[in-house]
Amino acid sequence: MAQTLYDKLWSGHVVHTEDDGTTLLYIDRHLVHEVTSPQAYEGLRLAGRKPWRTGSIVATADHNVPTDGSDLAVADPTSRAQVETLDDNIRTYGALAYFPYRDKRQGIVHVIGPENGVTLPGMTVVCGDSHTSTHGAFACLAQGIGTSEVEHVLATQCLLQKKSKSMLVRVEGELGRGVSAKDIALYVIGQIGTAGGTGYAIEFGGSAIRALSMEGRMTLCNMAIEAGARAGMVAVDQTTIDYLRGRPFAPRDEQWDRAVEYWRTLKSDESAQHDRVVDIDARRITPQVTWGTSPEMVTDICGQVPAPEDFADPVQREGVARALQYMGLTPRTPIDQIRIDKVFIGSCTNSRIEDLRAAAKVVQGRQIADNVKLAMVVPGSGLVRAQAEAEGLDKVFKAAGFEWREPGCSMCLGMNADRLEPGERCASTSNRNFEGRQGAGGRTHLVSPQMAAAAAIAGRFADVRDVV
Amino acid sequence: MNPFTTLDGLVAPLDRANVDTDAIIPKQYLKSIKRSGFGPTLFDEWRYLDVGQPGQDHSKRPLNPDFVLNQPRFQGASILLVRENFGCGSSREHAPWAIEDFGFRAILGTTFADIFFNNCFKNGLLPIRLPQAELEQLFLQCAGTPGYRLRIDLESQTVIRPDGHVIRFDVEAFRKYCLLNGFDDIGLTLRQADKIREFEARRRIEQPWLFA
Repeated sequence: MAQTLYDKLWSGHVVHTEDDGTTLLYIDRHLVHEVTSPQAYEGLRLAGRKPWRTGSIVATADHNVPTDGSDLAVADPTSRAQVETLDDNIRTYGALAYFPYRDKRQGIVHVIGPENGVTLPGMTVVCGDSHTSTHGAFACLAQGIGTSEVEHVLATQCLLQKKSKSMLVRVEGELGRGVSAKDIALYVIGQIGTAGGTGYAIEFGGSAIRALSMEGRMTLCNMAIEAGARAGMVAVDQTTIDYLRGRPFAPRDEQWDRAVEYWRTLKSDESAQHDRVVDIDARRITPQVTWGTSPEMVTDICGQVPAPEDFADPVQREGVARALQYMGLTPRTPIDQIRIDKVFIGSCTNSRIEDLRAAAKVVQGRQIADNVKLAMVVPGSGLVRAQAEAEGLDKVFKAAGFEWREPGCSMCLGMNADRLEPGERCASTSNRNFEGRQGAGGRTHLVSPQMAAAAAIAGRFADVRDVV
Repeated sequence: MNPFTTLDGLVAPLDRANVDTDAIIPKQYLKSIKRSGFGPTLFDEWRYLDVGQPGQDHSKRPLNPDFVLNQPRFQGASILLVRENFGCGSSREHAPWAIEDFGFRAILGTTFADIFFNNCFKNGLLPIRLPQAELEQLFLQCAGTPGYRLRIDLESQTVIRPDGHVIRFDVEAFRKYCLLNGFDDIGLTLRQADKIREFEARRRIEQPWLFA
């Protein structure tokens, strides 16, 4: 029978199925960071258990770490306790690889996995982090899990789960100039809503997806969770294979050939049926900007802030009214008239080398606007940072007035010192515009790296297509 | 994990859609390395007028009188009514930990985000998906009836209103079994240890690069 990519990944990992369909799914790769793992290791210890296969574990510290480069140790004592607890747990139990704070390969867990080749096609990948969907760009079944599940995977190498439905988001056609994978992600969420993918695994397909680089595919799969889907994925093609060749943990020699032969089968069969298909015309996608407190509250740079009365459903109407109040926005304000205070280029969504190159191209030879109090670039990893410096991108950003930071999650969620103050408005390349996400009272607008760069220069949202 | 069998509890309504886990428990409290003590900071930014910090005495902070859970009539509530897509966003299990620690044992809504939904069951917290029309009635009755209570029976998969109306709900058999008995699912999974080893051994031969 014809199978979808999700069918293939699922059926290849089934260890056992209960009568009601609850399945034990074997997990190949377990990514671990400092925030959602301490309670899991503690649970393991209290129950007198040991990790099933430490060779599946790759760990790093990312959520809490400072990015200003001034600290040899993490200054905040509670943050430090988490980072040190991770150090202790990895030292005690072991891992395939650990990239601790200040290691040159340390970085955001969803950036370091792919760049080191620890994320490989056909794997099941889990991490106590919802943006684990990122790794689906490599035709993995990659899902975020809770801490109890982290403990379950540590102890049993399996996840207990029922199979989701399958959704194909097919994007056909060529993307316009200045339009990126981030805009596809926000556009899709605007179309299907933040709960549109709940209960589904999403496969992204179509000519516009095949034309994306691996970085672009990671951005897109990263935000599958913002559409409600635990997993997003893209089929293997030559782009996937070219990206993986020579990565430190990728297979070599005879094993590489065997692996590639298998990887090439990781795509939906021609006649495979998805439970839902969403068709998108790539030419309709324009640079997106969110205006509210949910990623589905999005329009494009030519649009305006809506009014609550535009929405028929009373719950939605009230939600919009509350969002506008929180965001300090008046209905019908043109998006390109919204002035910003800060700019954040970073996060597991948009902190890879391609993102930094795209932003630098916009910034090149220009200056950030006077009303922008802080514009920062936080590379996703030490390796991304080094690559960007080798290309001189750091100089471009610094010359324009940006701060050039050390890697980490930083102001995507503000667990370290990087955050918005109450009322501050930010153009951010991150993934969530929830109330308080970047700091209590902070106002987040989600955009692509190019659009964040254009906003930094203009001091308000601006159409990147007019700049490049 | 505490078993969940029946619950007769006071109901509190949270009448907004897309409540994300950042709102349920903000980032600063995620720095704890414990599983307990998150109740006082549940819905922190809505519940208090100031910005809270971990380690402070939350009982001394100024409460937001407009926030529903601060109203005297909802004190001691153990059942939470919510709107669609509750628990979206971050996978942080601190969200169900905070809800449970606050005193809730059941959450009634139309749809829940997948990871949050799953996390609830691991913590003796029962999320129940109800039809929109039934939920709407519960919101109305709760608003109009001081001391509004519901009875939930997991065995028979029913929610019983004070007027005797019975609402049936679905729950996966395996989750129900674990919740009714308070079972630790790691223990259950480890009963399949031989099967896991067998699967792993086969995988080592078929895809050796995964075990390098």
